[in-house]
Amino acid sequence: MIFTITDTKIDRDGLRASLLNPASGACVMFEGWIRNHNDGQEVLRLEYEVYRPLASSEGKRILREAMGNFDIQDAGCIHREGLLELSETAVMAAAVAVHRDEAFNACKYIIDEVKHRLPIWKKEHYVNGDAHWVNCQRCANHAGTSKALPGAAADG
Amino acid sequence: MKNIRVRFFAIFRENAGVETYQHQTRSETTMELFKEMTGIFPGLSIETAALVAINDTMAGWEQQLSDGDEVLFFPPVAGG
Repeated sequence: MIFTITDTKIDRDGLRASLLNPASGACVMFEGWIRNHNDGQEVLRLEYEVYRPLASSEGKRILREAMGNFDIQDAGCIHREGLLELSETAVMAAAVAVHRDEAFNACKYIIDEVKHRLPIWKKEHYVNGDAHWVNCQRCANHAGTSKALPGAAADG
Repeated sequence: MKNIRVRFFAIFRENAGVETYQHQTRSETTMELFKEMTGIFPGLSIETAALVAINDTMAGWEQQLSDGDEVLFFPPVAGG
């Protein structure tokens, strides 16, 4: 298992090589890319802020869960931090298994949990010069109400 | 009274205007402490808090605080 946060380009081939196993028949790898639009806005670049100590421990926990919940042989995930330009890879998740179904399911589990649980935030920088934290519109428009805390969560 | 070090991240840091804040408090739980922070930093809103951690371990909103804790308040996350 490998979980890494990096401020340099993700080494796709390196991740694949680290997972190679002659007993495996399937490797599912997901790549998340920086796209040029979101919610009707033209995106110029993205900025990822990561709290590394917890992102690393929680990321490894997610991989262990995937290994326990699915019939896979190995799993990995690499996430970027810092400024990323369009079409760069922001995240890679991978799962290796004897057969493809378990690899697909495990890979989806990993990326879904990474998006919901890791202390990672992204700020979109737009062509028009504006910038917004994703999923934080309520933070920007805070109304000062006293809604119960456990109801607040990321949209994923 | 407990001495607590508070850390804010991403939009919380920008809205509070500080990254860390040393605080003496009578708050017993993380929820009480965050409510207290919204009174000190008007840029924070209680409805926007998503996750909390104590001493680099994920915590709940009813978790008890201890003297010397470092409490991390996270806005909604957006990895991937």
